[in-house]
Amino acid sequence: MAKQKSTAVQPSANTLKKKGPMYYLKRDWQLYALMLLPMLFIIVFKYLAYTGLSVAFLDYKIGKGYAGSKFVGLEIFKKVFKHRDFTKAVVNTLLLNVLDLLFSFPMPIILALLLNEIRVKWFKRVTQTLLYLPHFLSWVVIGATAYAMFATNTGVVNTLIANAGHSPIPFLQEDAWWLFSYVLIGIWQTMGWGTIIYLAAITNVNAELYEAAKVDGANRWQQCLHVTLPCIRSTIVVMLIMQLGKLMGGSFERIVALSNAKATEFTTTIPVLVYKWFQGNKFSESTALGLFQSVIGVILVILSDKIAKKLGEDGLL
Amino acid sequence: MTTTAATAVEKHKKPWTKARVIDLLIDILCIVVVGVASLTCILPFIHILAKSLSDNAYVVANKVILLPLSDTGINLEAYNKVFHDPSIMQSLWVTVLVTVVFTAIGMFLTVCAAYALTRPEFHGRKVMTFMIMFTMYFTAGTIPDYLLMNQLHMLDTIWCLILPLCFAPYNLLIMKNNFQGSIPESLIESARLDGASHFTILGKIVVPLSKPIMATIALFYAVGRWNAYSDALYYIKQNVALRPLQLKLYYLIVAASESFQTEGVATVSMTNPEVLKAACIIFAAVPIICVYPFIQKYFVQGTMVGAVKG
Repeated sequence: MAKQKSTAVQPSANTLKKKGPMYYLKRDWQLYALMLLPMLFIIVFKYLAYTGLSVAFLDYKIGKGYAGSKFVGLEIFKKVFKHRDFTKAVVNTLLLNVLDLLFSFPMPIILALLLNEIRVKWFKRVTQTLLYLPHFLSWVVIGATAYAMFATNTGVVNTLIANAGHSPIPFLQEDAWWLFSYVLIGIWQTMGWGTIIYLAAITNVNAELYEAAKVDGANRWQQCLHVTLPCIRSTIVVMLIMQLGKLMGGSFERIVALSNAKATEFTTTIPVLVYKWFQGNKFSESTALGLFQSVIGVILVILSDKIAKKLGEDGLL
Repeated sequence: MTTTAATAVEKHKKPWTKARVIDLLIDILCIVVVGVASLTCILPFIHILAKSLSDNAYVVANKVILLPLSDTGINLEAYNKVFHDPSIMQSLWVTVLVTVVFTAIGMFLTVCAAYALTRPEFHGRKVMTFMIMFTMYFTAGTIPDYLLMNQLHMLDTIWCLILPLCFAPYNLLIMKNNFQGSIPESLIESARLDGASHFTILGKIVVPLSKPIMATIALFYAVGRWNAYSDALYYIKQNVALRPLQLKLYYLIVAASESFQTEGVATVSMTNPEVLKAACIIFAAVPIICVYPFIQKYFVQGTMVGAVKG
């Protein structure tokens, strides 16, 4: 399409190198053959799925199919926005993500700076392996482990607290404490894996800068503060902006694995509500809610990309 | 031994300047903080492992902390039960099968696409890259995905756990960046001039030269599939035999809506559910714990190159 248009506008400039798509298809057929299956997967499993978004504008019943459902315009969205769980889900999603951003984000930076200062090679290697462990575990395993650690009566942490003569703490069974545990487990799960990117940035710091700082009499603390940190600033900014783009996202698996009947105040987030409505066969409402989340998500990603580029960084897109 | 002791003593004779004290304090601070952080990563699992190997009575009395407590040293009964629970073994089999097929297909698609999309002479690569990356930022959502699975008649089959997610744009991005960064363009061009086809170049040059990133992406695919359970929660409803291990574990432990099948069988001594749960957690986590440290060198390199620029 676009190519045809350009030939129409400036025919003279293109006569030299203009070759039809058949030419390239014949010349590079092997490359097109390599792309055939991947593109087929993308088209079938991603782009065909987009057609399902139409359900958000239909009064959809699974038995009737698309054709048998009535088009209702934005009625479904109006219904969703008015629903009492909707505001709660949006607020909770934002709350959990903002808390993650505040507390989980700085931890890998601190750990990377500390790891960088460790001079005992074997200690560094072993601790890094251990720190990567939580990243590789499923949320079910983490959730089950969290209950083994933090349950009020049987959790080992509460056993230790009781042995010390204090009353047990309902880490996962009371709303405020649940929020605390949720954030804590998030920090724990991401702190090690997050160091990889910062350690990479630190190894790229010019060694001469440290030499110069030493000559000026800076100790290791001052070197860290005035050489390392400024040098990895752009990595930090990029990571921060990427996180901003995810503010409306939500980890369904993490919340579901950590939720229980006793602490329900903060567990209703958008993906959880989508699942709840799905179980209640409210396909249209559920789709509309998911679409709302996706659209806000894309807007946030574009915004954060713009901010990154304004700050002189590479951007994400 | 004696010489190192002697040099250590000599070192101590150096004056304790302010700089040296700060140096030492920083060393101690780093080692303590990093040490404590890494201990929090492993201690919970040592606790679970100890629980899974203990006698019921000690677990019920909350006596087990980090060492297994059993009158017979260690108690393997819980593992015995897990291995004799037909539904858990079925879940394990499903998970292994799905993970292997998923990773194989995913790797094939990712390598093909990453190579083609890094060839500068390839017309339409920008459009295709955009088409693929767009799906990473704008997802259709779980319900449209579910409806698609329904239309394709894949619900409650093994394919809904394999096909929809086995080509991941993010992994493609990392692999593409690695191919661009680590394989010299001149190498591929000279092979082309010698008349090698793209298939030969991909199989004989690019893939053998990219072992670190191949290992990394294979690990990402395999771990991702092994650990995920939300798709199975949506897609596997009636066909209980197809529940992957993590979903089975979710129903057993987190939702506690199912009980262990062997519990129904008349066994002399009932195993405490806490002990069984512990054994199951270890069972579901151990395969990954055994694999990732060996690929650590690769995935640290691989993600470093890939993550720098999107």
